[in-house]
Amino acid sequence: MEVRVQNIRKEFSRFPALNDVSLDIRSGELIALLGPSGSGKTTLLRLIAGLESPTEGTVYFGNEDASRKTVQERNIGFVFQHYALFRHMTVLDNVSFGLTIRPANRRPSKADIRKRALELLDLVQLSGLEKRYPAQLSGGQRQRVALARAMAVEPNVLLLDEPFGALDAQVRKELRRWLREIHDRTGHTTVFVTHDQDEALELADRVVVMSKGKIEQIGTPDEIYDTPNSPFVFGFIGQSNILPVRVENGQLWLEDRSIGVSAPGEADGPAQLYFRPHDVELLDGGGCIAGIVVQTRRVAGTRHVELDVGGANTTVEIELPPEKATSDRSRLAFRPTRWKLFRD
Amino acid sequence: MAHDGTASPTGTTNTELVRIATSEHRLARYGLIATALTFVGLFLVLPLAAVFTEALRNGPGEFLTVLSDPETFAAIKLTLLVAGIAVPLNLVFGIAAAWAIAKFEFKGKAFLTTLIDLPFSVSPVISGLVFVLLFGSHSLLGPWLQSHGIQILFAVPGIVLATVFVTFPFVARELIPLMQEQGTSDEEAALSLGASGWQTFWHVTLPNIKWGLLYGVLLCNARAMGEFGAVSVVSGHIRGLTNTMPLQVEILYNEYNFVAAFAVATLLALLALVTLVLKSLLEMKYSAQIAASRRH
Repeated sequence: MEVRVQNIRKEFSRFPALNDVSLDIRSGELIALLGPSGSGKTTLLRLIAGLESPTEGTVYFGNEDASRKTVQERNIGFVFQHYALFRHMTVLDNVSFGLTIRPANRRPSKADIRKRALELLDLVQLSGLEKRYPAQLSGGQRQRVALARAMAVEPNVLLLDEPFGALDAQVRKELRRWLREIHDRTGHTTVFVTHDQDEALELADRVVVMSKGKIEQIGTPDEIYDTPNSPFVFGFIGQSNILPVRVENGQLWLEDRSIGVSAPGEADGPAQLYFRPHDVELLDGGGCIAGIVVQTRRVAGTRHVELDVGGANTTVEIELPPEKATSDRSRLAFRPTRWKLFRD
Repeated sequence: MAHDGTASPTGTTNTELVRIATSEHRLARYGLIATALTFVGLFLVLPLAAVFTEALRNGPGEFLTVLSDPETFAAIKLTLLVAGIAVPLNLVFGIAAAWAIAKFEFKGKAFLTTLIDLPFSVSPVISGLVFVLLFGSHSLLGPWLQSHGIQILFAVPGIVLATVFVTFPFVARELIPLMQEQGTSDEEAALSLGASGWQTFWHVTLPNIKWGLLYGVLLCNARAMGEFGAVSVVSGHIRGLTNTMPLQVEILYNEYNFVAAFAVATLLALLALVTLVLKSLLEMKYSAQIAASRRH
């Protein structure tokens, strides 16, 4: 189901957690709310769920105003960060819960509930564990039970709060891929919250980057990574270097040196140059950024080189192929191949 | 532990190593154990044994005879009645208070928490006196109650009130930390799955707290039956009518009727023992579940 958030503001005892946030979530989409802690992403998710009510603004489910509805009436599926499984119930009873508590006129028969719960457990690859209690499961298994429980009620929208936050790195990666598969198979409109950019970029159809109660940028993972529209997004997503430069006649200058990068149409004056460590080319001279190697580290398939860029008193980090050996204190010249300018 | 502090890593498991490394000298260990045992024996076991030996001094026959005395029998019945009213009341109140304090934010929460503890910090005699001041013949409410023929002081209602007051904190105190630790996400999960407030409470909250609740009820009951000070002030000590078991013990003792006094005392002591045994049994049998309901 399509979900629209319109001009939402939320205050917690006068402290604004969300400020005029609007967001359109398309039906069947897998969307990530990404931001540092305190950015308001979980608050936004809980507002959609109805676990919080907005100070101002409206949430639409389809064409219906859901803001006036209680959490029960919204028919959502919510997966909590720490799963919130009912510890005194078996896995099967956990998954069946949403159906068994329905009033008699809307409740499927016992056999149907059981069948549906077992199907879901099969979907989340937990067949055979239906008699276990949550305490007898691993973290990844609990997470999958929580997901099956949320899907059992055929929710309008599936909401996941830091779904992989409490898992170790290996399980996280597996579950990520697996969640994408489940989503593609079931087609639920899904919103998940994460502070992990890799997770958001790898998993989501679209990523909503949030900071300080506002949406900074909405876009596909490619758009977010390749064309960040603010210094915050550039800095928050992936690695980035920042250099204070000057624009003069469409050319970029670092201190008294032209760095061989042209920025046609940019007004003269100071600016911040943002570029990613891997978007660089090494040069032998000419217009370039020159630096002295402070430190090199081998990280998996690349070599990370930290450079002291002269008088600017800043260090930048660039990524080079591992076979490119550099010794400390040696000079290195490079030029960013993909970059963006921001002004204060 | 033959190594006596010098641990050899070969052939010893990790836990053994730790135990040896953190162990005190043998003298200190035995000294501490002996002190603790002496203390427990002197102040817990000895008095308890004394109660039973005194009660059975003239043989089990007399023990049963004094217990079947009508006044003593009435005291036992009254105690059961009072506990039977006070404990359920405080059970309901305790759950409600703990629910409110642990799961919601509101103004005056800290004050309410302190207020619940009040009966713990006030001397029971004062607690009884409060009711005398409230309902006595010279109080504000006294004349009105009298003219309507309602007897609170020196009657069962007064005793129940005093007992409820004194046992007020037990259930709530047991539940508040437990519920605070469990947080609200289980309840939110139930709500998000469509459960009503009552269903959430019945299917999720209550099962999560049942061990703590049982614990609180046991303690509450033990205190309700054993309360002396507050009840003594409001009861009026009318034999066969307003004497609870602890009061009956005192009266019998003051009359130098030691066997009877200790016989009733054994019943109270037994209650305490049964409570403790029940508690330990519950803990043993459900330790895994209790631990799981605290963790997670």
